[in-house]
Amino acid sequence: MSLALLASILAVTIRAGTSLLYATIGEILTERSGILNLGLEGIMLMGAMSAFAAAYHSGSLWVGVMTAMAVGGALALIHAFLSITLRADQVVSGLSLTIFGAGLSSFLGQRLGPDSKPLVGLIGPQFERLPLPGLSGIPFLGESFFRQDLLVYLMYLLVPLVWYFLYRTRPGLHLRAVGENPRTADAMGINVLGARYLYTVLGGMLVGLGGAHLSLAYTPGWTDNLTGGRGWIAIALVIFAMWDPLRAVVGAVLFGGINAVQFRMQAAGTTIPAAFLNMLPYVFTVVVLVVITWWEAFRKRVGAPAALGVPYMREEWH
Amino acid sequence: MTFDHGHNGNGADVVPAVRMVGIVKRFPGVVANDGVNLEVRAGEIHALLGENGAGKSTLMNILAGIYRPDEGQIYIHGRLADIRSPRDAIRLGIGMVHQHFMLVETLSVAENIILGLERPRLRLNMSHIEEEITELSRHYGLQVDPRAYIWQLSVGEQQRVEILKALYRGADILIMDEPTAVLTPQEANDLGRTLRRMAGEGKAIIFITHKLDEVAAFSDRVTVLRKGRVIATMPTAQTNKAELARLMVGREVLFRLEKEPARLGDVMLELRDVHVLNDKGLPALRGVSLEIRAGEILGIAGVAGNGQRELAEVVTGLRPVTSGRLLIRGRDVTNYSPREAIQAGVSHVPGDRLGMGLVPNLPVSDNVILKGYRKPPLSQGPFLDRHAVVRFAQDLIQRFRIDTPSHTTPVRLLSGGNLQRCILAREIVAGRGLLVAVHPTRGLDVGATEAVQRMLLEQRARGAAILLISEDLEELLALSDRIAVMYEGEVLGIVPAEEADVESIGLMMAGSRATAVAGG
Repeated sequence: MSLALLASILAVTIRAGTSLLYATIGEILTERSGILNLGLEGIMLMGAMSAFAAAYHSGSLWVGVMTAMAVGGALALIHAFLSITLRADQVVSGLSLTIFGAGLSSFLGQRLGPDSKPLVGLIGPQFERLPLPGLSGIPFLGESFFRQDLLVYLMYLLVPLVWYFLYRTRPGLHLRAVGENPRTADAMGINVLGARYLYTVLGGMLVGLGGAHLSLAYTPGWTDNLTGGRGWIAIALVIFAMWDPLRAVVGAVLFGGINAVQFRMQAAGTTIPAAFLNMLPYVFTVVVLVVITWWEAFRKRVGAPAALGVPYMREEWH
Repeated sequence: MTFDHGHNGNGADVVPAVRMVGIVKRFPGVVANDGVNLEVRAGEIHALLGENGAGKSTLMNILAGIYRPDEGQIYIHGRLADIRSPRDAIRLGIGMVHQHFMLVETLSVAENIILGLERPRLRLNMSHIEEEITELSRHYGLQVDPRAYIWQLSVGEQQRVEILKALYRGADILIMDEPTAVLTPQEANDLGRTLRRMAGEGKAIIFITHKLDEVAAFSDRVTVLRKGRVIATMPTAQTNKAELARLMVGREVLFRLEKEPARLGDVMLELRDVHVLNDKGLPALRGVSLEIRAGEILGIAGVAGNGQRELAEVVTGLRPVTSGRLLIRGRDVTNYSPREAIQAGVSHVPGDRLGMGLVPNLPVSDNVILKGYRKPPLSQGPFLDRHAVVRFAQDLIQRFRIDTPSHTTPVRLLSGGNLQRCILAREIVAGRGLLVAVHPTRGLDVGATEAVQRMLLEQRARGAAILLISEDLEELLALSDRIAVMYEGEVLGIVPAEEADVESIGLMMAGSRATAVAGG
């Protein structure tokens, strides 16, 4: 394989992985606070649809991005209200959100075009690739990393920022404590419910942004079920990444790569079925789950937040 | 165990550090605090004495901002305080060391100590914070590595982290909820010295306890709570154990149980060089050998987490051994299943009553048949005979005096003492002379404790062999014929109960060999 081909595959991989990574980072923040949001697929679809509709009508990409984040945050707020305030079952609430989001995005996608016509098939504004001056000239690296769209560059900044926030700042420490042991966090004066609301909504906004990258950059335009299961892959990625933003990059590149390579392999007439490649992310996830469940000391270091999915209530008579 | 009882405050004219007036706290169906008044002075160690359920922890959780009182006022250093959250309490200089530690296992010691603080604003400079903690721990004699993760620490070390956490926040009112429950007698003494030092610096120390010896050993003044009300507050020097016990329970308490001399029979249970791994795959029992004869109670002493739980699990078939042998009535049953243990007549009173002992949402009747339901008369083939079940349950409710509205009441609604009666009823009826009892009286009030202890002695008199695991040394000394002390998975020594004393057992619990205290 020539170096140029490798560079172009890597470039496509990064583009394919970006929407996954936004959603994964968002879900990591949410799950670190102890809230399991299985509504990612629905939120991502709504983000993608609303981003495209808003950008189409306003002509502004950034209006599209902002709309996607607002819609993602609003949907996550529903989940937050159900699971934090009402202490509903988070699995049920999240699954409902996925089904709701898929249905609503499809429905609105039929109406939000000009004259209440469908959005499907329209061509709107899209994020163009923007070679970074200087950096894009670096051989190989420039080709794969620095000839991307703005949302990809934003991701380059977001990942280290989230990592630093999580492990090196006071609010990051509080976030980790809230998801691990909310009772202790509460006794230490941390606003547990407030933190859970904040990170659930923030996570939803990032998931919405991931959707926007799909409809405004990676595969511009809107069709039903545009995400094609990426929301679910992101949930699997959170486990694969063991709730760490840097490991999430590895996972997103890997899974994005599978997606990117798959098209080329099909074009090359491979005998490996596409369904097999699509299955791989989930196989990896199962393997990771087995490892972290088997090994207790390992879980303490890198495993799921201990209070993940468990509602918190202060006054319990015991 | 004597301490200087002097303190800085000079009497009632000094503004108290804490004054709680007319505190009322209601929970569904319970009045936990019923008009409680409490006054604690700066520079004193104040014991809060009472039985389980007397409302001690509730009162202190109110002071620490965990619960909101329904009525009453709190004055801190003479000023009316509105404590709405733990954050408010911390700001007022109130620190609480909870019975169940408030620590995040996956975070480091230093991270736990700064948790919830408003300083630093954003970036954490851990090395600077770690230095501060090291200095603080040196000053108070609370040794702990600030870089270690909580899950790597022993219970005693975790408690030190909790105290440091309060001190780091500048607490001058420190609440300790049953601080010695998890400590060896020696560790408890060290803690006493640390508390005395803090009181000497003018801090107000409140410690919750139901142990009378600790009140005498550690406190300057004592407040006795009973059923949510204050019964008395007095200087410790002006009272005695008997009076405190009477105030606490509301009647005279006998400190001795009647125990007949043992009539030993054949060896019922024998362990030969048993090795076992714990849940983490680390050695939990390392070459344990012991035997129990019919008509004998063998007590197991030790600080929690030294292999007691695994020992009980081996005998009841819940945990496989990696090497060694287990014999019941001389028959090799090594690595049998829980079902085979039941068939061999092993009774099990587990430490976790509602988790392992009973099914909380099932009625009393279904819980008491859990061991016998496979056989007639309770069942015919695959079908339960409901009439027989009800008769059986009603019989046990009567015989074991289980206080329940009916046999259909879900057991989760019963009190701790009645839960234990349910378990004992089922286990004794289904067993055949070998009983494993883990913390059988933990968390029970004095009355229920007495009843459970009587039942155990009654079984002993009937020739049962009993393996008694307990964290309560007084109980072990009162009930056991012999006491084995476990430390890090080994039996360090087995002493006859009449020759044993708290001091020498305490030393062994901390890891020194029986030879060091021979003849003690």
